[in-house]
Amino acid sequence: MTSRSATLVSTLAARFGDRLRPLRTMAPGEIGFEVAASDLLEVTRELRDDSKLAFEQLIDLSGVDFLDYGREEWRTYSTTVTGFSRGVDPGREAVPEDRRSRFAVVYQLLSVTHNWRLRLRCFASEGEPPVIDSVVDVWACANWYEREAFDLYGIMFRDHPDLRRILTDYGFIGYPFRKDFPLIGNVEVKYDTAKGRVVYQPVSIAPRTLVPRVIRHDNRYDTALKDVPAGAHVPPAEMPGVGTTAAAGGGVRG
Amino acid sequence: MAEIRNFTLNFGPQHPAAHGVLRLVLEMDGEVIQKADPHIGLLHRGTEKLAESKPYNQSIGYMDRLDYVSMMCNEHAYVMAIENLLGIKPPLRAQYIRVMFDEITRVLNHLMWLGAHALDIGAMTVFLYAFREREDLMDCYEAVSGTRMHATYYRPGGVYRDLPDSLPKYQASKWRSQKDVDRLNERRSGGLLDFIQDFTDRFPANVDEYETLLTDNRIWKQRTVNIGVVSRERALQLGFTGPMLRGSGVEWDLRKKQPYEVYGLMDFDIPVGVHGDCYDRYLVRIEEMRQSNRIIRQCVEWLKHNPGPVMTSDHKIAPPTREEMKGDMESLIHHFKLFTEGYCVPEGETYAAVEAPKGEFGIYLMSDGANKPYRLKCRAPGFPHLASLEEMVRGHLLADVVAVIGTQDIVFGEIDR
Repeated sequence: MTSRSATLVSTLAARFGDRLRPLRTMAPGEIGFEVAASDLLEVTRELRDDSKLAFEQLIDLSGVDFLDYGREEWRTYSTTVTGFSRGVDPGREAVPEDRRSRFAVVYQLLSVTHNWRLRLRCFASEGEPPVIDSVVDVWACANWYEREAFDLYGIMFRDHPDLRRILTDYGFIGYPFRKDFPLIGNVEVKYDTAKGRVVYQPVSIAPRTLVPRVIRHDNRYDTALKDVPAGAHVPPAEMPGVGTTAAAGGGVRG
Repeated sequence: MAEIRNFTLNFGPQHPAAHGVLRLVLEMDGEVIQKADPHIGLLHRGTEKLAESKPYNQSIGYMDRLDYVSMMCNEHAYVMAIENLLGIKPPLRAQYIRVMFDEITRVLNHLMWLGAHALDIGAMTVFLYAFREREDLMDCYEAVSGTRMHATYYRPGGVYRDLPDSLPKYQASKWRSQKDVDRLNERRSGGLLDFIQDFTDRFPANVDEYETLLTDNRIWKQRTVNIGVVSRERALQLGFTGPMLRGSGVEWDLRKKQPYEVYGLMDFDIPVGVHGDCYDRYLVRIEEMRQSNRIIRQCVEWLKHNPGPVMTSDHKIAPPTREEMKGDMESLIHHFKLFTEGYCVPEGETYAAVEAPKGEFGIYLMSDGANKPYRLKCRAPGFPHLASLEEMVRGHLLADVVAVIGTQDIVFGEIDR
């Protein structure tokens, strides 16, 4: 971590204390925090107005659906007698426990004055529809970004001035970027010669997986093994999924 | 006395000055815009959702199709995001090649912008001039990737292949005499670097030509000076980046402020506007073309004297050569795994941004450790720019809408994604 990002982290810690919780999964050199939905407006406003922080720009805002996080379509850690599945099982497992809610909104902030970046993540309320406060009053450009997150994920932004769909078709039903929305969609359009107009009908093609989603354990990225001197004894890392019933039954699922 | 009401006008989606498929619902008081409501999404292809269903490398080609006039810059942000998570760096030569092609892309984009913007406002000639130079740069794309536009040239860990030593030549035909062909082939006798160097020798004079046509042109100035003025504070609030932000007087360029690849070693300047109107943004982009030319020359110089690998040798990420694959069992396995399953990216999230010709193009990439992205978000510079259209055109005349759309450098591939 460079001294500049260390300065930012210490400034943020001094200013906000435990209102910001560090994110676990950040690429090296990047700074990200999770903020509670109740603190969102207050924290973002302070981030913008405090001259020591001066995050004048909201660079990006995106919704995230955590429904399938960490879920594999294909487990091949152990051998089977039946062979492996095609990896197209659409079955769903429980949402991991450390996800308090399914939908999150991620804010990428930029300070032109100090030349630093910050990522904020905030989980929307549980239940349908997920609700979160709008930051339009803090950064004007959030208007369209929030419309997009609403359109694609169905996240409601409280006090948004004009929450309409933006990218999908007029009269579109559903939220296409949710993980339980099929990639090929639900309806297709065609020209009906009898009716003389374009009509909607249920999709006529079946969904198919070309490359199954797999998660492989890789020792090179294991933080416990990083920077271990050669020859030192390291207990073998546990392979995720090995020995569990789900993995052993991998061949039967398809 | 007759009742006077505002008039609602539908602009696009098939209007030639809408730069693609923009539908604008304009509320007019006579010729004056009262309200402008852009309807976007007519080119929405769900790129981000598609990327979630494919191994990492298969989505590089989708990036070209986002902003389809600055193809390689989009690829650059995407492969940089993957490299961040994998924790790898491309070889130095690959970094120089990337920087060179980023700048070629910037010139390509600005030429397209200049031609289309001038054409919208009524200057026909610039369009023809700009496309003359674009043709040469398209040939550079073709020489390295085989395609003129959708290159898929950048890969995680480097670039697909090294720069070619020879270029394809024109051949005489019924429609093209030997004399013409010889003239056209004269520049193509050397390698790609010689061809690019020859281009950079000619290009500053070409920019002078465009400037002769426009910079002091009375009509051009009447159409652009004091049109669509955005103050420095508003530009920051509205999320402007790139030439739109610099046109409003903010000295901000990722190539200087947060240098990636070898931009830190390059010698170039960033132009900044004063008034924040369409004319200043025009001047900024023109100067950017000259600066890009400088960077390309520096890269050519370095690349000519420093041969080396252009792709990482880590075959867990980049495939082995064809020759190795045929003779070596381990390489065969690497090849098979990479092309059936791809590679798994360690769990994490990153935001990688490049200074694309239109502004900051960023990729927010989230991985849960799988061989496909968990979430991919493309931060398109045009999106917040178009969002501010209403603010920029309110109170202007209908004809100025076209000037403002032109100055924003709108491309729907990236806005609708």
